[in-house]
Amino acid sequence: MIPTPDLSHLTREDYDHVYEPAEDTFILLDALEQDALELQKLAPRVCLELGSGSGCVSSFIGAILGANCLYLASDTNPRASQCTMRTGRQNNTAVDAVIANLASPFGRRLSRSIDLLVFNPPYVLTDEGEAVDAQSGADIAGAWAGGPSGMQVTDIVLDQLDKLLSPTGRFYLVAVKQNDVPAIQQRVWKNFALQSDVVLQRRAGREHLFVVRFMR
Amino acid sequence: MVRLITHNLLACHAKGCTTNNFPLKLQGIVVEVREAEFNAEFLRGFLPRIEWTALVNAARELGDTSLPTEMPEMVDNDFLKNLHHVLLEMHIDEGAMICPNCGHKYPILNGIPNMLLAEHEIG
Repeated sequence: MIPTPDLSHLTREDYDHVYEPAEDTFILLDALEQDALELQKLAPRVCLELGSGSGCVSSFIGAILGANCLYLASDTNPRASQCTMRTGRQNNTAVDAVIANLASPFGRRLSRSIDLLVFNPPYVLTDEGEAVDAQSGADIAGAWAGGPSGMQVTDIVLDQLDKLLSPTGRFYLVAVKQNDVPAIQQRVWKNFALQSDVVLQRRAGREHLFVVRFMR
Repeated sequence: MVRLITHNLLACHAKGCTTNNFPLKLQGIVVEVREAEFNAEFLRGFLPRIEWTALVNAARELGDTSLPTEMPEMVDNDFLKNLHHVLLEMHIDEGAMICPNCGHKYPILNGIPNMLLAEHEIG
């Protein structure tokens, strides 16, 4: 069992602005741990975490893959990027954190070159206006506000998936039932011929959480 | 943090800026060297993805001349040790990266580059 990353360096004040790991984070960790041996055999060289928040997930992947991989992380919230870097340091994983909108600055150089892409997105169903404000505000609300279907940000990533993933690349995405997971899988298959599996699902409080793994 | 390995992967993504947007020019850079675990397998595996000229030039701008102008045919341990140092141990703590095409300035503060665009630059 790989231990959850040490987050003791993060403070209450940090969590006023940066998403504190919760059940949606942990299901992603569990899904990655489930695939740990496979991932080690695959030997990804470039890992990119979108919306890295506290940096918990990247640090965890660092515990799985060690110094065999480059860990990149993006977040629109400057405070989250700082936390990501500090969490990496605290857990002996070098995470190169950048303040960015999804994979935008890596799009040219990492076209079809990302071996491991992970995203715990803002999946909560909200008003569209609320989501737009939250996402441009680059603060904590951006961590959860996902618009009318909870897919406002996720859809952008799904549209870019084919351009981002390397030939053996994998994408792990967290979703909730209201995001309509079967429809997501169908759409991605139809539009990009990328296969997907629900690798883990469970109820946590009021949410029915899923981790979907996409591959070529 | 942003190390030279990441600088080698960042390009300008402002609206309409699609040519000559890589590599980003380094400006006012404050570098700190921090040791990193050497992993030959990672370096060999990552090598094909490196834009070599951009890496060598960036390293030279920061005072490191250990890398050859061309990627060598034979990759030996000395070469890997130098590559490791340049890619993974040179941390850019402060400074900026400028797009050679549109001039957009991406600041680096506390080791973190801000790659966000202004309203008018978003496609």
